[in-house]
Amino acid sequence: MAPALGMYGLFVLRPLALTVQYSLYQWDGIGPSTWAGLSNYATVLSDPALLAIIGNAFKLIVSFSVVPVLLGLAVAVVIRRISASRLALTARTVLFLPQVIPLVAAGIAWSWLLSSTGVANQFLSAIGLGGITRAWLGDFSTALPAVGLIGAWVLVGLCTVLLMSGMTKVDPSLYEAARIDGAGLWREFTAVTLPSIRQEIAVCVTVTVIAALASFDIVYISTQGGPGEATMVPGLEIYELAFSHRQVGLASALAVVLIVVVLACVLPIQRLARKGGER
Amino acid sequence: MSVQVRARRRHGGALVVAVLGILAAATACSAPGAPQAQGTAGSSAAPATPAAAATSAAAACGTAPVTMDAYIETGFQVPNSLMAEFTRQYPNVKWNIRQDQFAVITQNAPRVLASDPPDIMRLPSISDLVKDGLLKNLDGYATAYGWDKWPSSELVQLRLGPGGRPRGEGSLYAMGLNYSMTGVFYNKKLAARIGMTSAPATLAGLDQDLAKAKQAGITPIVQFNGGATGGFAFPLQDLMASYGPPGPINDWIFNKPGATIDTPANLQAVQHLTQWIKAGYFEADANAMDYPTMISRFTHNSGLFTFDGDWESGNFDKLMPGQAGFFLMPPAQAGGPHAAMSAPLTYGIAAKAKHADCAAFFLNWVATNPVARTIDVQVGGSHPLGATGASMPAIKPGTVTAQTLAAGSVISKENGSMDFIANATGAIYASAWTPELQKLFAGKETPSGLLSTVQSDYKQELGG
Repeated sequence: MAPALGMYGLFVLRPLALTVQYSLYQWDGIGPSTWAGLSNYATVLSDPALLAIIGNAFKLIVSFSVVPVLLGLAVAVVIRRISASRLALTARTVLFLPQVIPLVAAGIAWSWLLSSTGVANQFLSAIGLGGITRAWLGDFSTALPAVGLIGAWVLVGLCTVLLMSGMTKVDPSLYEAARIDGAGLWREFTAVTLPSIRQEIAVCVTVTVIAALASFDIVYISTQGGPGEATMVPGLEIYELAFSHRQVGLASALAVVLIVVVLACVLPIQRLARKGGER
Repeated sequence: MSVQVRARRRHGGALVVAVLGILAAATACSAPGAPQAQGTAGSSAAPATPAAAATSAAAACGTAPVTMDAYIETGFQVPNSLMAEFTRQYPNVKWNIRQDQFAVITQNAPRVLASDPPDIMRLPSISDLVKDGLLKNLDGYATAYGWDKWPSSELVQLRLGPGGRPRGEGSLYAMGLNYSMTGVFYNKKLAARIGMTSAPATLAGLDQDLAKAKQAGITPIVQFNGGATGGFAFPLQDLMASYGPPGPINDWIFNKPGATIDTPANLQAVQHLTQWIKAGYFEADANAMDYPTMISRFTHNSGLFTFDGDWESGNFDKLMPGQAGFFLMPPAQAGGPHAAMSAPLTYGIAAKAKHADCAAFFLNWVATNPVARTIDVQVGGSHPLGATGASMPAIKPGTVTAQTLAAGSVISKENGSMDFIANATGAIYASAWTPELQKLFAGKETPSGLLSTVQSDYKQELGG
């Protein structure tokens, strides 16, 4: 216990405390620092550019969280029904593959797929939609949705596997009873499956919401926050502020705000799931 | 009080107490950064003075085996070739070379120089590094080796006032491996198709060539503007130099008090660039195009012009021999003076470098040794530094390298050298120029809005 706590303190709590400390100073990372009080926080909460960046993170929740959870549910139900066939194993492997591939590699591959001469545009041209082809990651209106698509692709497999493992735990007699009562597929899903995997859904939502709010690698590789600031997210902005702008204090303040935002989003989800489980 | 109540009620409350405890311990310490800065600032304030007669190899690098730590940029062969040749001439000197992309070097520079100081290092914008006392003051070496007798324009960008500002005057804090210069490259095969037989002499002439290319179905300009580096800064600054003198632009880049980028001449330049954008002279995916893609497209004949620097000359001569041409950005008025962004390929010595004397000897050798100067031109495609009249390697006539070198002497004769507008402050490229130029291309920013945003970012950075 004691060594573990020591490690936790050294590698988690100490950096966290230092981040909070830095956020109260103006510091370029090397030279002398000056006490700034809460002015860095005032900047984070009042600068429209920084608020827009936090807004982008919330927009990403749709494609990083809502889509993967819904799609994961649908796919998990289908795979469970065909669980005996070889197709189920293949589907599970293919869907989980993005979890195994490093996000950096995935980001590079997707930026090729979505480039002006990439497979996505070749396909659109082939089916007669040549008029809407564009550099998806370089267009102000499509860059953020395109980044979201990459995130959805990565996370749908994770959700599928998590939800499927939850479904295998459900007592088969419950399904039998439902069928005897004359429940159709939809009733079976809403009355038996959904309530039984409530905890797994909560885990999925939690993990994916954190992935959306704290996203960094996909954006860094595919767009670097551009064009303009169309795909800038807090994680990347913290990095840019600290290492390019050398405003370590402001970067730390944004990091602390990001922690608070993540907790404010995730804790209610946890509480909701726990309440449901107790019932 | 509330902390105690929560701790009793919940198991996780212990964590809260632990966090607060460590937080209190951390914040009870002194402010971040202060002691370290005092230590380093003192060590580089005084100019380096090499020991008597240290200008010989034996005195500077010794005769015993020595390993020099070098931190250089990925993708450019010049430093590697120079270091290999140096070892051939001085076998006791070996190199421990670490390479990174320039963006990574930019972000790492202060921490690497402070905690793991290399003997010689590729440097980004140096003002902040000098402010923090991380770079060796090279005045002593400059006197000993006679660098101060070279044309002053060669090293003016690497001189800084006390505390890092303004730039362009004061002590020497870095050196160049060579001296690069920018302008307009063109594809001779495509130029022949539109009947372009000579380089345009005025901006209007360039406009005509662009229009002809567009009509002939040729992409007029291949220019990257994607990711974190807005490459439209190249044509923009060239247009600025067509409309106005380079002096005020340099003042702005050098952070002279009261300097502004938001001038009537620069507004004309941004408006001209906007006309090019509206006329469809750039590729539709410019905002998603990175630098390597631009080079690949230009060398594969997919565009007439590209705005770039002579560091690509050697590359173009190899990839499209005899097919690439170069001209300096033409002035707005016929017969007007030319200007170009040109800057030393900046290398410096860490304030705490272990082999500073040997590093300085190497830098002097690069500028004065005939073999090194040949490597500079043939591998790098750029002009070597050094005294006027120093030996110049023979260049094959008709190559684009020969053209860029000739253009270099035009610029020095007409005193038209400018630093790059992206180098005005450490973050101005990533935080202002790039997003603003990407918005301009997408039609989401006006010319005057672009200049005022860049200027306000600039003031904010210098004030902070």
